[in-house]
Order: sequence, then C-alpha cells, then structure tokens
Amino acid sequence: MKVTIIDYGAGNVPSVERALHRLGAVTQRTNSPDEIVNAEALLLPGVGHYAALVRALDEQYMREPLIAAIHGGVPFLGICLGLQVLFESSAESPQLRGLSLLPGKVCALPSTVKLPHMGWNQLLANRESPLLAGIPSNAYFYFAHSFAAPESNGTTTATCFHGAPFAAIVENHNIYGVQFHPEKSGDSGARLLQNFLRIAA
Amino acid sequence: MSLAHRIIPCLDTDGARVVKGVNFVGLRDAGDPVALASRYNKEGADELVVLDIAASRDRRPTFLETIRRVAAELSIPLTAGGGIRTLEDGRAVVRAGADKVTVNTAAVERPKLISELSREFGAQAVVLAIDAKRSGGHWDVMVRGGRESANRDAIEWAKSGVAFGAGEILLTSVDRDGTQAGFDTELTAAISKAVSVPVIASGGAKLPEHFVQIFKEGDADAALAASIFHDGAQPIRTLKEFLAAKSVEVRLPC
Repeated sequence: MKVTIIDYGAGNVPSVERALHRLGAVTQRTNSPDEIVNAEALLLPGVGHYAALVRALDEQYMREPLIAAIHGGVPFLGICLGLQVLFESSAESPQLRGLSLLPGKVCALPSTVKLPHMGWNQLLANRESPLLAGIPSNAYFYFAHSFAAPESNGTTTATCFHGAPFAAIVENHNIYGVQFHPEKSGDSGARLLQNFLRIAA
Repeated sequence: MSLAHRIIPCLDTDGARVVKGVNFVGLRDAGDPVALASRYNKEGADELVVLDIAASRDRRPTFLETIRRVAAELSIPLTAGGGIRTLEDGRAVVRAGADKVTVNTAAVERPKLISELSREFGAQAVVLAIDAKRSGGHWDVMVRGGRESANRDAIEWAKSGVAFGAGEILLTSVDRDGTQAGFDTELTAAISKAVSVPVIASGGAKLPEHFVQIFKEGDADAALAASIFHDGAQPIRTLKEFLAAKSVEVRLPC
C-alpha cells in the first residue's frame, strides 16, 4: 500500500513524509487530480491559512477528485487544516467553501486564552477510536492552531480543551482527521500514524 | 487536562557547530547539533530551537544543511533562525525542515517582515525573538546579538510584533543570559501579560527551581535554555519530573 500525500505547497509535507518513512510506509507526493482519484490511501497535511489550502485545492483542480476518492471509500487522514477543510466552512475565510464532507463550521478558539493554541495537550476520548488504539489515555499531542471544529459535529471521537472544547479527532467511515500534528508528536504521534496505516492497509 | 508547559533546548550554532558563550560573547565549542538534537528528542524535549548566531551570508548554506540534518532526527517541532532578513530567508529555513522561523533584528528594522512571513506560513510559524535589557524603569529592545540598543520599549515592541502577525514571543533577558542566576520573572510576566500569544522565557536558567519560578511567577508558556542541557548538568527528564512534583503541568515522556 502506498500513501498519497496531497502536496499543495504547505510547509509540513517533508516532516509528514519523514514520520511515515520511519514507520516503513511508502509515500508519494502529488498535486495531480489523476493520482488523487487512483490513490490507495490519502493524507492531507496542512499548516498556515485556511484560504491557502482551499484556493490550492480549487486552482489545482484537486477538490472534485479528492471528494470522489473519499466517497469511493479511500482511507483519508487530514492533519490540522486537513481536518478543518473537511467541514462546510471556516471563520478564518468565511467566503470560501470547505469540502463539506462533515457537517459544521470551523470557528475561532476563544480569545480568553493565549492563541495560537501552541504546544502539547491531552485528549478526552468520547468513544473508541481505532486511531488511538494502544496509545495511553494521558498521552500528549502537539497542537499549533487558532481555529478549530466544534466538538458537537457528530463525528468527534476525541475532544481537546483550550478556552473551549473542540474536535481533536474526527472519524466518519473512511474519513479521519486530527487537529494536532502527529508528525510532530513524538512516540504518541508515530503510533497514531501507524494506526492509520493499519486501518488503510 | 490543559496545555503543558514546554521545555525547549536551544542550539546556538556558528552555522555548523553548537557554540556557547556568556552575555553573547566569548564563544566556545559545545558539540554536534545533530547528536544533541537526537538526544533531546529522545529525552523528552518539547521543541527544539536552532539558531545561527554568526548569521553571515556566506555560511548560510552550511546552516541550512544543519537544519536539514537536525530536522531528520526530530519527531518534535523545530524552530530555526538567526539572520533572517527577508521572506526568502524564511522560506529557505522552512524548506530545510523548520516548522517555525524566528526573527529578531531585521524585524525591528522592518516590522513588515513579520507580516510577510505570517501571511505565507501562518502566525503559528512566526516567532518574534526579543532581546530585552533593563534600562531604568523599563526594558529596552537590544539588537545585533544583544549588543546595541534599538531605543524601543520591549513591551510596546512585543505588542506591536503580535499585531504584525507574530504567533509567539521568544523573550531573552540580556541581563540574565549566561549568568545562571535564574530567569527574569518580572520581565517575562510583564510581556506575557501584555500579549495574547505564548511567551518563551530565555536567559539565566540553571536550577530546576528557576523553571518552577518562571512558570508560576513569570507566567511563561515555555522555557528555553542551552548550556545546562548540553553539558548534561540538567537532564530534561529529571527537570520535568521535578516540575511535575511541584504541580507544574508538563509532558512526561513515556
């Protein structure tokens, strides 16, 4: 099995690749609509601005093939912005459309706490999640974001709290999304990526 | 369940080797950045910072190669900087594998540099490094490796830097740097209170108590140190266990 990493120009593609290679995975980077449609497993990393990701998906004609592949059952993992874009829209760029594969809108975290939410935080599992299999319940993951999906979207399997609760992990059939960066989250992150590889195999 | 306080080792390099000095002067060799990075990654460091303190143009390719080799060792975030003057400089360190870019002197001279980097990489990737030195009743911003005063108030500059798009402040007390007399809690608390973004305290760390103090009284979100980690005087795991015992929330490695 090969993991197709959607490379829209975000900075964290090499570190995601490195993390997957350490686990023995075979990866390819792509921005080709054909390669997305034919992928065995898809991974969408993302850092930076929501608008940059959405515009890249549209300008490089990746939106339709991505939705088609996911509807066709291809295992998908979205990281950070890659989780946020699964929803209908984001308050970071309200005029742009997300992929609308999950219901709800991404909102800003409350300004009562320091933003970005930057650093290592713990999760509260809402229900059993194959992504968290074998990971201690008190494990920390690395976050770096100011916007987040509401926990009440119906697909949240783990919640995190920073000023307010938000979706840390979402899962719906073959769709997986994590708000944190598993590629930067030490051993717990590596284990989570390994779980995704196992699910996708 | 809340955000853990971060412990961040810092590798000050001349581009290729880790160097060590007191009050920004009198440098000596302190080891191989790749070996140190690998050790800190295993010992439970929460992030790593790599700085090119020489920051000369002709040694830039060497520093970028150091970033690449260090990034390959890490499964934690990497911040890199030193001599970042343009958006293109920032792109080069991000492409080499840094998750965040730190800017200092060039941002004081041209604050739009912060906005340019923030627009391209997101605020979470832009760390404004401020070297502050007490001057009468306030703190002065120092530039060029802490040697020259920029004649700006550190608190005002921190606020302004955040408005330009910085997502984090790396605050070094020039008075404390290299002295091992403890972090400047007063300075850190003042900056932390003034800005909405996380603050990394730096300069003066030696004892585990210094870290307790900077988190509890200095309101720091993270604490950075260099030599006490490099020479093995303060293992990161022991430090974190000490902090946990003092009820400071930290991420204890498994």
